[in-house]
Amino acid sequence: MNFFADALAWLVDPANYAGPNAIGIRLLEHLGFTLVTLVLASIIAIPVGFLIGHTGRGRGFAVGTSGAFRAIPTLGLLTLVALTVGIGLTAPYVALTVLAIPPILAGAYAGFEAIDRKIIDAARAVGMSEGQIVRKVELPLGLPLLMGGLRSATLQIVATATLAAYVADFGLGRYLFAGLRTRDYAEMIGGSILVILLALALEGLFSVLQKLVVPRGVAAGRPTDVRAGTTRPPR
Amino acid sequence: MTWIWSNLDLIWDRTLDHLLLSVPPIILSFLIAVPLGWLAHRYRVGRGLILTVVGLLYAIPSLPLFIVLPFIVGTTVRSPLNLIIALTLYGVALMVRVVADGLASVDRDVRQSARAVGFSSRAEFWQVELPLAGPVLLAGMRVVVVSTVSLATIGAVIGAQSLGSLFTDGFQRGIQAEIVAGIVATVALALLLDGTLVLLGRVLMPWTRSSRRKATGVSAPLQARTLPTGVAA
Repeated sequence: MNFFADALAWLVDPANYAGPNAIGIRLLEHLGFTLVTLVLASIIAIPVGFLIGHTGRGRGFAVGTSGAFRAIPTLGLLTLVALTVGIGLTAPYVALTVLAIPPILAGAYAGFEAIDRKIIDAARAVGMSEGQIVRKVELPLGLPLLMGGLRSATLQIVATATLAAYVADFGLGRYLFAGLRTRDYAEMIGGSILVILLALALEGLFSVLQKLVVPRGVAAGRPTDVRAGTTRPPR
Repeated sequence: MTWIWSNLDLIWDRTLDHLLLSVPPIILSFLIAVPLGWLAHRYRVGRGLILTVVGLLYAIPSLPLFIVLPFIVGTTVRSPLNLIIALTLYGVALMVRVVADGLASVDRDVRQSARAVGFSSRAEFWQVELPLAGPVLLAGMRVVVVSTVSLATIGAVIGAQSLGSLFTDGFQRGIQAEIVAGIVATVALALLLDGTLVLLGRVLMPWTRSSRRKATGVSAPLQARTLPTGVAA
């Protein structure tokens, strides 16, 4: 148990909150990386997912890709890209954007697909244009599932950003790798605890967000959790 | 390509290491998840608690878990046992919800009929509910298989040997072919185990072979909801 006491001591040691390797800076790096990757993947995945969900075309393709992607090992993709483009942040950005696309894509099209066809027919019958149907009907009703996709993508990115420190000097993962190399268990466990807390905090944030985006008047309140299906587990 | 041909032995050894790391968690997570999922299905209070705990477990990133776990359970960081426990936890986290949903998807009329013809509650579970939830469980286990095989590679970073070792070694020595070989072998192993599971499902659940939807008692919309996307097809 004294390993954990050491880790706690490491976590509260003021020395770890100063200089270029300060916990605050590593935490911000980690969060910033997560946010940028999430935005990059969303820019690609959300429009495509909406298109698939709205038209119903290309569903087989979307299901196939999210299934096949699950088998690809993150570490393999990361090291392969890193070997090609060199050490630094480019490889993690590329590898993680690629891996974050399937869950977001699945959330986007599943959200549209889960909507009762009668509702869309009714919207069409009262004279809404296709654009209006997407904006005013499909988007709000599909939002909870899209949020579920973003949630699992975020968790994956946060988890894998830790791993990305293997090829780049950044984020909370540094503590894990530095600790491993020097057998500094306090740093290693302390860093691990920080990552776990960050992941749990984001999970909590998203569960609140997911409840908030359910449109008022939707009786079947809770959105179906899509994580088990559309995603890979945390890395 | 030359690297691959001259290192087939190494790839084969790492594949065996990988199998030893990933098969036990797959089997263990099924054995642990069924009773937990049953509890979550049977008792309302248990449901909230169990599903919340497994949900949080699932949110924990793997690398930190691999590092922290040995200090909790008393193994060493590099030991395969440590990885097996961690991977089992993820498998359970994935499967418990699937088991609960699968059991809930069994038609109420079917269960009542079983009771009416004299099944005890134990017989009802083993002979009616569990087999009828089978296709949903199979779909869940296919996700567990693929993700466990893929996740096991992470262990290489902390020094546990698996196909992931080809990534770390290939990266350090700058051998692209080694990394590619590792990726291909991991994906192939995942698909192989997945195929085995599908075959096993056909043997154990002969009724799913024809007129799938009618026979399982799982209604189509529920199936669409509980079956993980990407596996449903």
